[in-house]
Amino acid sequence: MNMDFGVFCKSTLDGEPVQHCISSIFGIAQNADPSYLDWLMQAWLWTIAVAGLSLVIALVIGAVMGTLRTLPNSGLGSRLLVRGATAWVELFRNIPILVQVFVWYHVIPSFVVPLKELPSYLLVSIALGFFTSARIAEQVRAGIQSLPSGQMAAATALGMNRVQSYRYVILPMALRIVIPPLTSESMNVVKNSSVAFAVSVPELTLFAMQAQEETSRGIEIYLAVTLLYALSAFAVNRLMTWIERRTRIPGFVGTSTDPSLAH
Amino acid sequence: MLSLDLSFYNWALFSDYIQKGLLFSVQLTVIATIGGVVFGTFLALMRLSGNPVLSYCASFYVNTMRSIPLVMVILWFFLLIPLLIGKPIGANLSAIITFIAFEAAYFAEIMRAGIQSVPRGQTYAAQALGMNYGQNMRLIILPQAFRNMIPVLMTQTIILFQDTSLVYAIGAYDLLKGFEIAGKNYGRPMETYILAAVTYFIICFSLSKLVRKIQTKVAIIR
Repeated sequence: MNMDFGVFCKSTLDGEPVQHCISSIFGIAQNADPSYLDWLMQAWLWTIAVAGLSLVIALVIGAVMGTLRTLPNSGLGSRLLVRGATAWVELFRNIPILVQVFVWYHVIPSFVVPLKELPSYLLVSIALGFFTSARIAEQVRAGIQSLPSGQMAAATALGMNRVQSYRYVILPMALRIVIPPLTSESMNVVKNSSVAFAVSVPELTLFAMQAQEETSRGIEIYLAVTLLYALSAFAVNRLMTWIERRTRIPGFVGTSTDPSLAH
Repeated sequence: MLSLDLSFYNWALFSDYIQKGLLFSVQLTVIATIGGVVFGTFLALMRLSGNPVLSYCASFYVNTMRSIPLVMVILWFFLLIPLLIGKPIGANLSAIITFIAFEAAYFAEIMRAGIQSVPRGQTYAAQALGMNYGQNMRLIILPQAFRNMIPVLMTQTIILFQDTSLVYAIGAYDLLKGFEIAGKNYGRPMETYILAAVTYFIICFSLSKLVRKIQTKVAIIR
């Protein structure tokens, strides 16, 4: 098997070499017809857009649902909230992501008319965001439950109500604890964004399939796409590690190996 | 508001379209679980062995597989296997090989955690009884590692069952594909996608309930 990475400098229209191959990705020059490299970069941006949007949706909803699941059992209202959040997690965790994408794309817009206007990449982001939110909710719940119950008691003793206790005592601790598992969930979002190919979002996987068919240079194309996925996941990993370092409180949870300093 | 037509939800739908796909999805899950656990255990043993070459190879394999989207791994194998063996290969067979290779990486990490969860005293006791490495692993460490990891292994199997739907990328006939083809043939894609979601939900939800039950039963009290 001999490899020929020259395929990336060929025009997607006629297969002839383009004038500006490398320089076009830096925006210095523009090709008359897009090359496969241009297309690849475009596809990468789509992957980043879908993954980024999904991640934001997943983190926000996941944090809310995870918190709701830990509400103490006091009264009908909080019982309903716990039930609802549990149902949310079970629903979105037990259906394969690809099936959820199809349901969001083919079924839900027919019932919820305003969604008809949404482009497919937004529908995929909602699907992937909700799917991941169930997993994140579980991590957040575990993080909150790992805190000693004295934390809540102390907040109550200071005269805080439920919302204040969560806002000022429980969540600042718990969300720091769950950053490491959230890092791997965030990397999963990048990988799972590949299902967007199924509803024709022009992201990396769809590029891989189409360019492979057009050029018969599958190995080179797949190598480039695989590297970009690995690179994106690695970048997310670095970003989360940076956030973890930035939000760290010296001497508090997750930072010290000395158990006497932990709480 | 449009209405759904559920009149075609009947036995013919199941036997004509769904059964074949369900069988393949289950078959793929079972084969990939068994193959993945076997290869994964070997990978874990390589990784934990003192030999730096074996350990490096195993962790390279595991980390590579875990950093690539499953869809891309499916596409890679579908492209590479025919090039390597010199003749085309069916989508179903390609999917089975892919899933064994891919899941081995995930099961390897689970088995590694399982082996490490067995107290070191067990190894020393086995050595004191004169057992060699193979006997030690086979008779003492791995049985306990498996038992400790049963809930995690089963959870991974549920995820694996969900992931089998991704063979859509190479057109293998799995459960989801069965629903999709039925939807096209009956001209009711919406209803079949809903039914697909409900079916997957019922299967995965009841399995995860089962895992939770087993979890309390198999825990070893130390």
